[in-house]
Amino acid sequence: MPSEDAAPQLDVDQILADPGVRIVVCCGAGGVGKTTTAAALALRAAEQHGRRTVVLTIDPARRLAQSLGLTELDNTPRQVKGIDVEAGGGELHAMMLDMKRTFDDVVLQHTDPAKAAEIFANPFYQAMSSTFAGTQEYMAMEKLGQLHARGEWDLIVVDTPPSRSALDFLDAPARLSRFLDGRMLRLLLAPARSGGRSMFSLVTASFGMFSKVVQKVIGAQLLTDLSGFVAALDSMFGGFRQRAEQTYRILQARETAFLLVAAPEPDAVREAAYFAGRLREERMPLAGLVLNRVHRPAVENLDARDSLTAAERLAELGVHKATADVLRAHAALVQQAVRERQVAARFTEAFPAVPAVSVTAQPADVHDVDGLRTIGAALSRP
Amino acid sequence: MVTGKGGTGKTTVAAALALGLAAGGRRTLLVEVEGRQGIAQLFGTNPLPYEERILADAPGGGEVRALAVDAEEALLEYLDMFYKLGAAGRALRKLGAIDFATTIAPGLRDVLLTGKVKEATTRTTGQRRAYDAVVLDAPPTGRIGRFLNVTAETARLAKVGQIKTQSEGVSALLRSPMTAVHVVTLLEEMPVQETVDAIAELTSLGFPVGRVIVNAARPPLPAGHAVSSAELRRGLLAAGLPADKGTVSGLHAEARDQVIRRELEDSLRAELVELGLPMTELPLLPDGVDRAGLERFARALVGAD
Repeated sequence: MPSEDAAPQLDVDQILADPGVRIVVCCGAGGVGKTTTAAALALRAAEQHGRRTVVLTIDPARRLAQSLGLTELDNTPRQVKGIDVEAGGGELHAMMLDMKRTFDDVVLQHTDPAKAAEIFANPFYQAMSSTFAGTQEYMAMEKLGQLHARGEWDLIVVDTPPSRSALDFLDAPARLSRFLDGRMLRLLLAPARSGGRSMFSLVTASFGMFSKVVQKVIGAQLLTDLSGFVAALDSMFGGFRQRAEQTYRILQARETAFLLVAAPEPDAVREAAYFAGRLREERMPLAGLVLNRVHRPAVENLDARDSLTAAERLAELGVHKATADVLRAHAALVQQAVRERQVAARFTEAFPAVPAVSVTAQPADVHDVDGLRTIGAALSRP
Repeated sequence: MVTGKGGTGKTTVAAALALGLAAGGRRTLLVEVEGRQGIAQLFGTNPLPYEERILADAPGGGEVRALAVDAEEALLEYLDMFYKLGAAGRALRKLGAIDFATTIAPGLRDVLLTGKVKEATTRTTGQRRAYDAVVLDAPPTGRIGRFLNVTAETARLAKVGQIKTQSEGVSALLRSPMTAVHVVTLLEEMPVQETVDAIAELTSLGFPVGRVIVNAARPPLPAGHAVSSAELRRGLLAAGLPADKGTVSGLHAEARDQVIRRELEDSLRAELVELGLPMTELPLLPDGVDRAGLERFARALVGAD
């Protein structure tokens, strides 16, 4: 494959075995097998490299989750039993992110119980912690920070949320900081901090018109709830923000390895290239590209044209219909492989130095530990 | 509304639907809300601005316009519409109010996006509606329930005020017979599972589900598919092809994988049929979906209605 000819070969075993690597982040567009890749890498790290590994999944397919023993969503890592770790002494733990619970934990950790109760009761908090988009990215970062801080694992493998854009995950800490530094927030907090009743009591006349607009648009009740929410959260913002910034720095450190996951489809490859550019800008360590679901014909010396011509010849003769079908399917497979190589080359041309590995498409979906083991082996010996 | 798991081709399906609904001199608007510029990429045009632009002519004199909704622009436009903000709008941006609004309540973003869709759907010029149909390339199945329901959520939070009125209006439109949420899937396990889950969620939230659209489908498996190595060898010889051991076993392995794959597809197809919804299959186009492919899909989607 040109992607393999041109790009250096990605050696996942080298990454998984390196004691200096403590975090592997799998990112990419939705539907490219990110979760499966993350789980397969974690299993391999535990079984083949004797590492005490935890995999943080965001939204695993039901059967995959079950195979990892994730039958309930309790927001703490559970050890995966029945894997083959006797030789190396590794362990595999798995968890599924519960964003509401993670948010609650953050609140509890950074404030006193009375304040926490007040926050939990606020309708704004209830909506934000469970319903609104964007919270999942913050909480995935938070959970990663927590797992890292516990220091219990040799290796943390993270699957990223299926965001509208993979970038939301990276942007979460920066957005949070920008928000906390924002003038709007200070304006909203000013009266609460000074004990004033009206939200905008301290605001000058030039701001008066704006406050009227805001009141009219979003309604006074909403504003009161919002103000209460912001004021209650105020006490814990410092800690929350510090943590987000810490996590961001950890992601930039040498102990982290980012793996882009893609499938040989235009959208997924475009997203991967976009992400690679962003990682470079943010000085985050990009270890390589995992190209999933690559089709490879088992017969190399029979091209699509010869195969189709032969199928037609058999059809004209009216014999060997089954063979003709096989030849047509082979031709389609060869053509698909050619197209996939062209699509993958778009990434390699833009990022020739990024190592890549291709994983051959499996005929059926993976939803058990054996399947993950097969994927892990394919990742290591393409 | 066209949703589907990421990677199932919902943008392609949304574009084909907009094209199909515009056939015969009608006018449709194709909207995207996730800032991915998927429509521009599909049609090979420059990135779409926050402005309704002519995208394509439909067969029979119709016209498809396209719009990429940007939440910040939508918020300013919305405020301006009701409050004639002028320079104050720019001040809002400078203050960070826009950032604030979309960060503290990321859901507001979704309210604005669906609000814009409602505005385009109900807009009139003279006596007739500006658009015969509005097709939204909606967020993926994992977010669609939250995205559509955010207006109800917001209406609950905001007990009075413009936002409440606006949210209730959008919520009512999205639950009315004017709306249909179509779900795009592939014949693969995860997308089918998400399709089933999303339809259950949408139904329980009261959104009208339209049809299930199977993208990149291959025809069901014909009976009598198994082929033995010996038979394959004889067939290859009859076709004048090399029939060495490697070729025979390689092709045999390919055929076996095909059969496994096709059997899985057949069982997933059966699972979708059980949903009892109208279903459309769009064929796998090996060379990708070009303009001719889009028109073929358009006929399949609209002819089916």
